[in-house]
Amino acid sequence: MERIYLDNNATTIVDPMVKQAMEPYFCDKYGNPNSLHSFGTEVHPDLRVAMNRLYKGLNAAEGDDILITGCATESNNTVLKGVYFDLIKNGEKNHIITTTVEHPCVANTCRFLESQGVKVTYLPVNQDARVEADAVRHAITEKTALVSVMWANNETGIIFPVKEIARVCRDEGVLFHTDAVQAIGKVKVDVQDVPVDFLSLSAHKFHGPKGIGALYIRSGLKLQPLLHGGEQMSGKRAGTLNTAGIVGMGLAMELASDNLEYEATEVRRLRDRLEDGLLKLKDVMVLGRRELRVPNTVFISVRGVEGEALLWDLNKNGIAASTGSACASESLEASPVITAIGVGAELSHTGIRLSLSRFTTESEIDRALKVFTEAVGRLRAISASY
Amino acid sequence: MAQKDLLGGALWEAYSKKVAARMDNPTNRGELTEADALKLGGKLVIADHGAESCGDAVRLYWVVDPQTDVIKAARFKSFGCGTAIASSDMMAELCVGRTVDEVAKITNIDVEKALRDEPGTPAVPPQKMHCSVMAYDVIKRAVALYKGVDLSALETETIVCECGRVSLGTIVDAIRLNDLKTVADIIHYTKAGGFCKSCIEPGGHEKRQHYLVDILRDTRAAMEKEKLHQQMVAPDFCSMTLVRKLKAVEKIFTDELRPMLAADGGDVELVDLKEAGGVWEVYIEYKGACLGCPSAGTNTLSSIEAILTQKLGENIKVVPS
Repeated sequence: MERIYLDNNATTIVDPMVKQAMEPYFCDKYGNPNSLHSFGTEVHPDLRVAMNRLYKGLNAAEGDDILITGCATESNNTVLKGVYFDLIKNGEKNHIITTTVEHPCVANTCRFLESQGVKVTYLPVNQDARVEADAVRHAITEKTALVSVMWANNETGIIFPVKEIARVCRDEGVLFHTDAVQAIGKVKVDVQDVPVDFLSLSAHKFHGPKGIGALYIRSGLKLQPLLHGGEQMSGKRAGTLNTAGIVGMGLAMELASDNLEYEATEVRRLRDRLEDGLLKLKDVMVLGRRELRVPNTVFISVRGVEGEALLWDLNKNGIAASTGSACASESLEASPVITAIGVGAELSHTGIRLSLSRFTTESEIDRALKVFTEAVGRLRAISASY
Repeated sequence: MAQKDLLGGALWEAYSKKVAARMDNPTNRGELTEADALKLGGKLVIADHGAESCGDAVRLYWVVDPQTDVIKAARFKSFGCGTAIASSDMMAELCVGRTVDEVAKITNIDVEKALRDEPGTPAVPPQKMHCSVMAYDVIKRAVALYKGVDLSALETETIVCECGRVSLGTIVDAIRLNDLKTVADIIHYTKAGGFCKSCIEPGGHEKRQHYLVDILRDTRAAMEKEKLHQQMVAPDFCSMTLVRKLKAVEKIFTDELRPMLAADGGDVELVDLKEAGGVWEVYIEYKGACLGCPSAGTNTLSSIEAILTQKLGENIKVVPS
């Protein structure tokens, strides 16, 4: 059975070109870039190319830092804990503002900081499943050290008004961080256009390898490192450089930028085709206006059909998707995003997320639609509530 | 936490083959109608439990022979995840051919056990035991409907952990008998709270009437109070038998005096206990660092005597040998 991968917000296939570009750094150019000998130095030109690609991809200035990290979780932890050490524990501030729909690596880090005495404001989302800049402005106090708002939401694909929020933060003299994990490769992410202070990203969400991410830090800003150690990354993030990962992420970033137009047109067309097809089913609801979403994501609730059960049937037919259903999580807790959006308790058990990529084909979408429709038919026939 | 926990569980891999098969093809799915009841010569019962907003909703259909109370046919419909559908399917199957009184005794644990591939391997992972509880609840409702009685009449004990069917009495007994001090202890001893975790504390998956944190706190408080009361009414030292006197003194040596002296590298031993003119003389022998310690005949001695008199009464004198 041919499998169809529609869970690209969880992770993506590594672009074969990226894989190929990474191969030399395992058995051939395996030197430690910090070594003085030729094994170490021969990889430097390649690393520079990769770093250039990252800077170009984000439109970062030469004076800015893009630290290589292990993942976006590390990037987000670095910002939140760094700001805590610099401005709260050893400074005059005591307040961080974030949203109720952040990824656990932001949400749980904030909860940890609360246990250390930090005041955290969790801004709720509005009917559009977004947090508006005005809400941020109203939450800022003279004690606010940082605002952290995601660029796009992982479950709904909703894009947040980060440009306006960044401006508010700049006006108010508060640092602004955005978790752009779900935005890179889907929409344009330009740190000159959107004046963020910190930005996190992860390679495996845009057809790069797992285990490598980055943290953008605007020029002139200092941040206490999360990992102390050697002199790598100017001592701002210690740890032997992951040569293959950096090369892979650099190329993945370039390819992502090159494909933004394709994403905005072709991926969007396929997503819309899928969404239109799903909306032909009775009693379904798609979350969030299309124009506010990244082009690859649709989150749909099917009345009378529990999310994990639907996922089971899709998987049986080779289709990979994701559910925010409480029943599918280790903790049996409904997805905080779905709860936060406040669209009713039913949704917390019936939501399915389908996320495409530039590798998704039209025939895959058509088969997924067929399977989805059949699965809904079968499960509704069993359902006690439909 | 250990190696097997580090990568996290693959939820679906922990389902038994029977669960998967019944999810794919629940043979008892569907409805029974008045026409079916007429054909089978029985009474139609339709019971509902849960709601879509709760994450699980199940409807159970029975045709019951009114003469014998035997369930002649059972069907179900279910809104829920794979384990909920599989449990409902097995639950309906377990009803057929049994009397209403017999099925009233079926619990979610019976349903789960029937879904096992191997007797010793659970059919579903712990957090999914919750889904089989629906199957139990809906049977209770059907029984109440058929008998025309109130649902509460069928509940004989207070269940705290519905997934594991652990009652309030069992939990309180376990805390008392084993001197349990933490929720983790309760989960370890009784399995209560080890499944969907709703009953551990408020704010979990489901709202509950009783929570382990409260039961633990209240039971411990009651135990403390009883202990205090017991101490207050402890029999007078003088009226104890000699053996009991010795035991009482020895207990204080073990629990308090020796640990106290051990902190400074010293030790003490009980040598004898004798009565002399209405006063009980406790003969001791110093050991370790207490030997030759200047305070052994002064401060240490009066501390020992103070502890003994506080615990056992005024008529006690400590004599170093």
